[in-house]
Amino acid sequence: MKRISFKLNFVLTTLFVIGTGFFLLWVSNSFGGYWPRIITLMGIYGIMAVSYTLVNGVTGIFSLGHAGFIAIGAYTAALLTLPIQQKAMSFFIEPLIWPLNSIQMGFLPATIIGGLVAAFAAFLVGYPSLRVTGDYFAIATFGFAEIIRIVIQNSYNITNGSLGLKSIPPYTTIWWAWGWLLVTVIVIGSLKFSSYGRALRAMSEDTVAARAMGIDVFKHQLISFVVSGFFAGIGGALYAHWLTTIDPRPTSLGIMLTFFVLIMIVIGGLGSISGAVLGAIFFAFFAQWLRIVESPMNFFGINIPGIPGMSMLIFAIIFILIMLFRRKGIMGKDELSWQYIYNYFSKKAGDQD
Amino acid sequence: MSSSNLIQDIINGLLLGGLYALIAIGYTMVYGILRLINFAHGDILMWGVYFALYAVVALSMPWWIAFVIGIALAGLLGFTVEKVAYKPLRSAPRISSLITAIGMSFFLESLAVVVWGGIPKSFNIYPKFFNRTLIFGHVRIQMLTFFILGVTFILLLAVLWLLYRTNTGTAMRAIATDIPTTSLMGANVNNIISLTFIIGSMLAATSGIMWAMRYPQVQPYMGFVPGMKAFIAAVIGGIGSVPGALVGGFLLGMTEIIVVGLFPNLAGYRDAFAYVILIVLLMFRPTGIFRVYSEQKV
Repeated sequence: MKRISFKLNFVLTTLFVIGTGFFLLWVSNSFGGYWPRIITLMGIYGIMAVSYTLVNGVTGIFSLGHAGFIAIGAYTAALLTLPIQQKAMSFFIEPLIWPLNSIQMGFLPATIIGGLVAAFAAFLVGYPSLRVTGDYFAIATFGFAEIIRIVIQNSYNITNGSLGLKSIPPYTTIWWAWGWLLVTVIVIGSLKFSSYGRALRAMSEDTVAARAMGIDVFKHQLISFVVSGFFAGIGGALYAHWLTTIDPRPTSLGIMLTFFVLIMIVIGGLGSISGAVLGAIFFAFFAQWLRIVESPMNFFGINIPGIPGMSMLIFAIIFILIMLFRRKGIMGKDELSWQYIYNYFSKKAGDQD
Repeated sequence: MSSSNLIQDIINGLLLGGLYALIAIGYTMVYGILRLINFAHGDILMWGVYFALYAVVALSMPWWIAFVIGIALAGLLGFTVEKVAYKPLRSAPRISSLITAIGMSFFLESLAVVVWGGIPKSFNIYPKFFNRTLIFGHVRIQMLTFFILGVTFILLLAVLWLLYRTNTGTAMRAIATDIPTTSLMGANVNNIISLTFIIGSMLAATSGIMWAMRYPQVQPYMGFVPGMKAFIAAVIGGIGSVPGALVGGFLLGMTEIIVVGLFPNLAGYRDAFAYVILIVLLMFRPTGIFRVYSEQKV
């Protein structure tokens, strides 16, 4: 089997990125209506899914707290970009506390600060939680995410409590979303394929053996958790400026969002970065497409009433079927590299001979 | 805080704790046997409540028959969930069964939105007799409270009797320790596991129906938070131990009510107590009060 050289790989990847860029340019210019918005959402979901798969797939620890970090990133960035007059108008139960009520900054610094705050929260959550393993870690991180959500819900002088933030400027364009997705994939991809990533994969296979080889399991898991938290925060910041309204209900920035991202990475294959991106694209596309099922339609003269909630039911069924019959999802732990495509097709050709 | 308030809080805490305990038994029995957090447990509870509600609303049955039907159908649902989703994955990595359980929870919630509608419904199918209030000095107790406490107490005794005084119960406890050896002793492992799911689901549905009588609103996501808290109660007591689930349930219910009673401005954070307790517990004593399993650290 031929190995694709580094040079060729680099050239093809660059061409692919440029090609995707032109495709996005074409979409944002020639499509009206909701499609540019959906493609932006694909990028945002991609960031959330790739950062989630770093913890749940590559590192092999199972966190259920992703939505907590997304919420922190979303709130931090939104509070930094909201115009000062808008803040004064929104916070009518209790005024916003001092430094936040007089700050307004650009989108890029706000996003980065959102990511950093989320990363710090991930450190605070990860440090105690990583002492326990398995299901207990899942429940502990879920507990932390719920605590974050409940604190947001009750801090009227910082987050406007259950009223949420409204009229967030709609800064998130296709370019911001997919640009940050590219950064996320590059950073997490180079992590996965560095010596550090090999250590992570060794730990996910066998923690004891990895520890015996001299890997500091706790430190590696914590770093991966914090990096994941950072990009979850970035995803949250973009998501807030895509939604323009955020609130701390469980169905918006709570456990439901963690479920959605989990569905994406399970569809894509736990541990695969390209799988996570594919899963995110699949999820955003079908969630939009399945709205047709939910709206009333006229089918050959027969009126079929819309069935609300149908799209989520279909996702739930797909999710369970994947877990029962194809546990590795689309990609398994592999990456959609040029080598992978080459091997795939040369194997196909070999079969035909 | 006056003494009558304290008594009132203790009664409310007992009530809530009993409801948590009934749900927690199902979690702890399933975890004890399969080492699986059955995330769908709370959603089976929700389905039981809907079954009971619709048995009255659509089939105009008397309320007590409807309750029995709701509980029985919830048992059937628990049985089906185990056969369809968990049994095929019994030999898979534990994380896969955990993800499937989350998927199952999501499935049952979405299905409920489609079948029953997402709008909360009022659960007013029980006789008004239960709403009558008895007044002892400054303490006011609804008849419902006696009913719920009575049912909880009887069911808890029944479960303990089943587990410690019957052959089936012995088999359940044996399977929790060692599945292969127990099957060599002639116990049918699959049947026992199914029975565990049925009993757990029926107890959860009973708790859910009483929950709906107490907080008379039914909606597709109603089971999730009580389910999570009951799971935490099971962890507090020592997961795998039924007496532990009882103690954990009552402890959690009492804490939630009494802390809010002492510090009323913490009321908004009530739902967070359980998680804080859980996290503190996991840091210092992950095996819970009744040390059943020393969770292997690897």
